[in-house]
Amino acid sequence: MDFSIFQQYGPALLKGFANTILCWALGTVLGMALGLVIALIQRYAPRPVRWIVQAYIEIIRGTPFLVQLFVLYYGGPLIGLRLDALPAGLLGLTIYGSPYFAEIFRSGFRAVPHGQIEAARAIGMTEMTIVRRILLPLGLVSALPALINFSIILTKETVILSIITVPELMYQVNRMSTETFRYLEANLVLALFFWVLVETISRVGRRLETRITKHLIERT
Amino acid sequence: MQASSVEIRKVNKFYGPFHALKDVDLNILPGKVTCLIGPSGSGKSTLLRCVNFLEEYDSGEVRIDGQLIGYDAPGKKMSGRKLREMRRSIGMVFQQFNLWPHMTALENVAEGLIRVRGLPKAEAQERASAALTKVGLADKMQNHPSRLSGGQQQRVAIARAIAMEPRLMLFDEPTSALDPELVGEVLNVMKTLASEGMTMVVVTHEMGFAAHVADQVAFMEKGELVGCDTPSRILHQPDDPRIQSFLRTYHERNSF
Repeated sequence: MDFSIFQQYGPALLKGFANTILCWALGTVLGMALGLVIALIQRYAPRPVRWIVQAYIEIIRGTPFLVQLFVLYYGGPLIGLRLDALPAGLLGLTIYGSPYFAEIFRSGFRAVPHGQIEAARAIGMTEMTIVRRILLPLGLVSALPALINFSIILTKETVILSIITVPELMYQVNRMSTETFRYLEANLVLALFFWVLVETISRVGRRLETRITKHLIERT
Repeated sequence: MQASSVEIRKVNKFYGPFHALKDVDLNILPGKVTCLIGPSGSGKSTLLRCVNFLEEYDSGEVRIDGQLIGYDAPGKKMSGRKLREMRRSIGMVFQQFNLWPHMTALENVAEGLIRVRGLPKAEAQERASAALTKVGLADKMQNHPSRLSGGQQQRVAIARAIAMEPRLMLFDEPTSALDPELVGEVLNVMKTLASEGMTMVVVTHEMGFAAHVADQVAFMEKGELVGCDTPSRILHQPDDPRIQSFLRTYHERNSF
C-alpha cells in the first residue's frame, strides 16, 4: 500500500468530506423538519389530506434513493426544475429521509401517554398548545434514539450523491482512484472518514439522550 | 368560591354495540360531594368523563349550572372554544395522575394558569406555589414527577386542578393507583377541599371516604344508575339486591 498520494489528493478529499458533512447535516435537518410536518399532518389533518401524505410516504419508501435522485436531477428539468448537483442532492436527501423521519415521529407521539394529553384538554388547553407544550417535547424524547439511528444511516446514503456528481467524499475518492489506480487506499480513507463521522454522531447522540431524559426516568 | 351544580338527564353512551351508559339520571348539588361506586366496568368513570366531555355521550343531557356541555343543541357539537371555556372551571384528577413528566411540580401547576388563563409567569408561579403549599408540598415544588411518590404526584395533580379555581372537581379513582400507605394523604386533601364547599364528584372504591365525606352516594352497575341516596342509606341499608351483593363482596375482600 502506498499512502504518499494523499499529499496530492489530501485537500480534495478534505473538501469532499466537508461536502459530505454539509449534505448530511442539511439533509438530516431538513428531512427531519419535513418528517415532523408530515407526522403532524397525519395526526391532525382531515382524512383526504392524510391519504395524500400516506401515498407520498409509500412512494418514497418504496423506491430506491438512486432512482429518486435520477428522477429529480435528470427528470426535474422536464418540469422546469433545473438544479445544480449539490442543491439537487440536498433536496433528494431531504425528500428521501422525510418519510422515515415522519414514521419515527409518529411512533414518538404514540409513546406519549394519552392521559397526559387528556389532562391538558381537561384544563382547557388548545390543541396547538398541547402539541407545543406536551406532545412535541415528550414525543421528541421518545423518538430521539431512533432519530439518531436514522441520521447515522443517512450519513452513508450521501455516497450515492456522487453519482449525480455532487463533489462529496465518495466523488473525490472515485476521482482519485481512477486517476491513480489506488482503489484500496482511497476507499480505506473513505471508510476511516465515515467511521469518524458516525462515531461522533453516536457519541453526541448518546450524551443528548442522557441529558434530556434526566428528569423522565423514575429513580428509586 | 362559587360552586357548580351538575344535572345529568337520560344520558346514553355506546361503544359500538356495547351500551355503556343507560339512561343515567343524576343530580349533583352545589357544594356537595357525590361518590360514584360500583363494580369495575359499571360505567362510573365513563359517566364522570361525560361531565367534562372527555367522553362524548351519545344522547341525553349533561348540564353544568344549567349550561349543556359538549353540544349546542341535541346532535350539534359545541365549538372547541366553547368547550374549552367550560372546561376551565371544571377540575379533573385522574387515576394515573397524568402529570407532565418534563415539568417540575411548580411548572405542572403553573402551566394551565399561563397557557389557559393567560396569567404572567410570575403571578402564575405565585398562585401555583400557593396551591402546592395547600396540598402540603411546599418543599417539593422544584421536583420533577419522577422524584415524587405516587401520593405526592396525586397531590400535585390536585393542586394543578385547584390552581385554576374550578367550581367543580371530578376525581376518577384518585387513590386506586396508590400504595395503601399513601392513600390517606390524598384523601385528606380531598376532605379539606370538600369542607371548603367545593362541588365534587368522586369515582372511588374507598368506601370509608364515601361513608364519611360524601353527601350522596350513587351506585352503578352495568351502565345503569341503580340507586342514589345518602351514604348511610346506600352503604348500610341498601334495598337493592345488586348493591347488597356488591357490598357483601367488598366486605369479604376487606375482612381478615
